[in-house]
Amino acid sequence: MKIPFLYSVRNLLTRRLTTVFTAGGMALVVFVFASLLMLSEGLKKTLVDTGSEDNLIVIRKSSTSEVQSSIDRLQASIVETQPEIAFGADGQRLSARELVVLISLSKRGSNKPSNVVIRGIDKNSLKLRPQIKLIAGRLPRPGSLEIIGGENIVKRFQGVGMGETLSFGMRTWTVVGVFDAGKTGFSSEIWGDVDQFMQAFRRTVYSSILFKLRDPQRFSDVITRLEKDPRLTVECKRETTYYRDQSQALATFLRILGLALTLIFSIGAVIGAMITMYTAVANRVAEIGTLRALGFQKTSILVAFLAESLFLGLIGGITGLLMASVLQLASISTTNFQTFSELAFSFHLTFEIVYKSIAFSLIMGFAGGLLPALRASRMNIIEALRAS
Amino acid sequence: MNILKILVRNAFRHKLRSILTIIAMCIAILAFGLLRTVISAWYAGVAASSADRLVTRNAISLIFPLPLAYRDKIRLTDGVKGVSYGNWFGGIYIEEKNFFANFAVEPQTYLALYPEFILPPDQLRAFLTNRKACIAGGRLAERFGWKIGDTITLKGTIFPGNWELLLQGIYRGRDQTVDQSMFFFHWDYLNESLKKATSGRANQVGYYIIQLTDPERAAEVCTAIDKNFKNSLAETLTETEKAFQMSFVAMSDALIWVIQIVSGVIIVIILAVVANTMAMTTRERIGEYAIYKTLGFGAFYIWGLIWGESLVITLSGGLLGMVLTYPVSRVFSNAVGTVFPVFNVDITTIYMDLGVALTVGTLATILPARHACKISIADGLRRVD
Repeated sequence: MKIPFLYSVRNLLTRRLTTVFTAGGMALVVFVFASLLMLSEGLKKTLVDTGSEDNLIVIRKSSTSEVQSSIDRLQASIVETQPEIAFGADGQRLSARELVVLISLSKRGSNKPSNVVIRGIDKNSLKLRPQIKLIAGRLPRPGSLEIIGGENIVKRFQGVGMGETLSFGMRTWTVVGVFDAGKTGFSSEIWGDVDQFMQAFRRTVYSSILFKLRDPQRFSDVITRLEKDPRLTVECKRETTYYRDQSQALATFLRILGLALTLIFSIGAVIGAMITMYTAVANRVAEIGTLRALGFQKTSILVAFLAESLFLGLIGGITGLLMASVLQLASISTTNFQTFSELAFSFHLTFEIVYKSIAFSLIMGFAGGLLPALRASRMNIIEALRAS
Repeated sequence: MNILKILVRNAFRHKLRSILTIIAMCIAILAFGLLRTVISAWYAGVAASSADRLVTRNAISLIFPLPLAYRDKIRLTDGVKGVSYGNWFGGIYIEEKNFFANFAVEPQTYLALYPEFILPPDQLRAFLTNRKACIAGGRLAERFGWKIGDTITLKGTIFPGNWELLLQGIYRGRDQTVDQSMFFFHWDYLNESLKKATSGRANQVGYYIIQLTDPERAAEVCTAIDKNFKNSLAETLTETEKAFQMSFVAMSDALIWVIQIVSGVIIVIILAVVANTMAMTTRERIGEYAIYKTLGFGAFYIWGLIWGESLVITLSGGLLGMVLTYPVSRVFSNAVGTVFPVFNVDITTIYMDLGVALTVGTLATILPARHACKISIADGLRRVD
């Protein structure tokens, strides 16, 4: 016969202080577990969303990012003549020659410097990235010393607000607009006219060529042709792959940090649950004896105590998840080691994280409750009854 | 002395529970100590920088170079004792995951500026006389099993091509704080190759390292150098080596902030565990406390008993954790390779561990002790649990 589930729940309610301490400890472990996974997921989402499936990006061979890459005008022209490139409404090929460099800017408030991506764009750059919307001001006029800033940069860095000016490359640049690129890496960039930037930075080469495919399925043909062309020393990737590669190191770092920490922390929480459950068993020796004398089986006792412990874990897990889900409102901005530039991303809760966290909390409850429940179920009836 | 005996006896009256709590405490202190060490490893570059060195770089950002011609102008600045220069090379050894810091530097002046890198005289001579020679730190050489005389090929990411270098020396650090996982080769080798391949990129320097005659004059010399190159194509930003290293740390301050919060959370978790143990202990002994009260011991004494017992548990767990921090951090440091080149347990970390153990031991008793002190004698004696 089964012992009612309510028996286990009531037992937790009787010793409220202990229940709160134990479940609270587990809740914090789940909180750390979920929030670090959310951070790693948010970073991945930001960089995956940055790219588009239809676009291909061409950079110099063996350079790992656009910043290190250089493509001269001749090579750029060869790349742009590929027949798979889509045509725009104006009958021109949809490809953009871009320049990407880093400039050091100071953060608002803390005044600490950090590297910000500054991208020289040409007329097709915006057409190739439909996710970008201008939310204030206007686009920079070609051939002028005007720039627009991504929303995350405008918020966080000095001199990038609407109407403010930045000085670099012996010129003064005016911010004429703010753009919103959603949760993508472009929100952490500054854009301006590519030719003006090349003059200012005394560069004769582009950083990357971005183009849209007429037929997205045929990307591998173009990639093979471009990489085998003896006139070119380039590497060609789908835009999505390119940005996913950029987040690899930081995402792995966050995930390993999260897993290692929660592993250590969970040992603490499991011990906490074990202490609680051992005491729960020790305090109820006579009660267990009575239950057994009434005819409840050993397994029923085992299940009742395990249920109590699992329920304890579940309370902790749900509380921890609720605390972590509040973090979705916050965002974090740090340097991506691989690109050496500032990148803003937010905590992102997925269904996978939810069920992983709940499963994790139940495992903690199970691990903490198993030994005490075994002890309870193995008690000798007569000795247990005598204990009172 | 008797009171200490009571405390220890009391603490271990319920052996299983106390031992479990001590293990939990030990793990928490261990985790806290490791996290603190990770943070201090982040600041290792800052800690190792010398007060008499300045770094000059392009004011726009680190990815822009400076002309080689600046070397002589900088040397002529008042207060400058020596100048060296180099480039972040960013080469990859076989695979991207084998990352280590590699620089092309002007070897003679560079090593003179960094007396903390100890290189045997014969290796130094061999390194200086061969343009294709390179030197590596002791830990780096160990990691890849390099021996003197080996040829090491780096794949350039910033400077394209395969660069073959001959390992001529392995440097050691003067003390523990020195990063022994760096890699240096001749700037001339890089420059001469660039002259042949892409002449536009030749004679460009990534950064200058400047030695001061007097560390007190750092601010003044920084201003003087930057003023010299104001309104030029390559404006400079000169700062002390400490500030330069600090700017790298500041870039990832959000991550450091996350780790700091997490190390705070572990304290709260262990606090919950210890408080739980103490709450259960006091609940079981309410009757005893009532007897103490009947005998005339005040509430203060009872509070002291509970506090002392809690401290016995947290301190024994804490001490165990502190002792274990050293071997575990060594294992951790070997496991992560050169991600954290300098990974030493600071003595301040140990003091903080001790502080955490005392704080947790104290805070954990507040709720249970208040209950034990407040309860009236009659209630305490009546209560059977």
